[in-house]
Amino acid sequence: MTPLGLYEPGGSVLHRAPAGPKLLTVVALAAAVVLLDSPWWLGGALAAVLAGYVVARVPRRRWWPLVRTLVIVSVVVFAVQWWLLGATTAAVVCLRLVTALAAASLFTLTTRVDDVVSTVERVVRPLQRFGVRPEMVGLLVGLTVQAIATLSGIAGEVRAAAKARGADRSPTAFVVPFLVRTLRHADQLGEALAARGTGDR
Amino acid sequence: MPAPRVSLPAADLARVVVFAAFIAVLGIFPGIYFGASGVPVVIQNAGPLLAGVLLGARRGTAAVLLFLALTAIGLPLLSGGRGGLAPFVGPSGGFLFGWILSALVAGLIVSRAPKLNLPVIGLATLAGLLADYLIGIPFLGAYLGDLGAAAVQSLVFVPGDLCKVAATAIIAAVVHRALPGTLPRTAQTE
Repeated sequence: MTPLGLYEPGGSVLHRAPAGPKLLTVVALAAAVVLLDSPWWLGGALAAVLAGYVVARVPRRRWWPLVRTLVIVSVVVFAVQWWLLGATTAAVVCLRLVTALAAASLFTLTTRVDDVVSTVERVVRPLQRFGVRPEMVGLLVGLTVQAIATLSGIAGEVRAAAKARGADRSPTAFVVPFLVRTLRHADQLGEALAARGTGDR
Repeated sequence: MPAPRVSLPAADLARVVVFAAFIAVLGIFPGIYFGASGVPVVIQNAGPLLAGVLLGARRGTAAVLLFLALTAIGLPLLSGGRGGLAPFVGPSGGFLFGWILSALVAGLIVSRAPKLNLPVIGLATLAGLLADYLIGIPFLGAYLGDLGAAAVQSLVFVPGDLCKVAATAIIAAVVHRALPGTLPRTAQTE
């Protein structure tokens, strides 16, 4: 749907697995990781996640920045935890952190945004009788991605205008006009949507 | 009296969508330079506060929810190009979930207040920030296994956050003056 995504194309078992169960697995794993206290169990969970990276054949240019971030974060967290709570706790906290972040990133790397959107549409379908409209999910995603592009353009113009007035260091000279134009854009979008009958039943 | 509408009218829908995009652009766009400091300040976490005080509780909270949902499904909308599920399960994920309560609290205060002036907006943004801490710090505490340590670590962000709260309130007050009628004022219509 959008070139903006963090998805990494591939054909592995993990790529082909349905998004819903995959998401539930990641959420369950994240919950388990927070509840687990034993470094051995946490180490096992981390090994399972790393095996997932091997299975999904995530290319080096995608996992390398992740490793770098995780190492930097872990070193900082470990140092602070060691000082505050002792070495064992520090190791447990770091294992939790690395496992949960690696699992969540693996989901994002192997799942298309479109697949998540259609899964959400399917999941909310039984809620139709309570006034939830599944077709709105895709519309909301599309409209917001479109609005991000428009607002990025507006932000650039507003910043250039502030710079031209020599006010490029004043936060109000940028944010206020940007917000005013953002809200105006919202009004225009609202009129356009109303003209197409969106939002009515 | 007619029954309250369950569905979102087009104008409300547009506000929610565009404000979710606004929060995203705050993250995509490089930081704003404050005063003489050469370091750009990331202002994305002011987004939920602005959503609450400018759109009101219902639409503001909806905008934050939509933004977080888009982030979670894999769009790199958080500052620094982060996105996906990882930021939500990481140690500071609670502060992201706290944004929802942030917008709700700030919006409720602003729309219940009898007058819309700078002190009221300031109170709303400050309460919004505290609401974010209320979710974020225990979440971090669960990660670290120690609530006290989580609170101590979060102290680093307090000065910067307080500056952002003050700036957000001033900006929101100016925008309310520039565009009166932005907020659905239930107090006045009744």
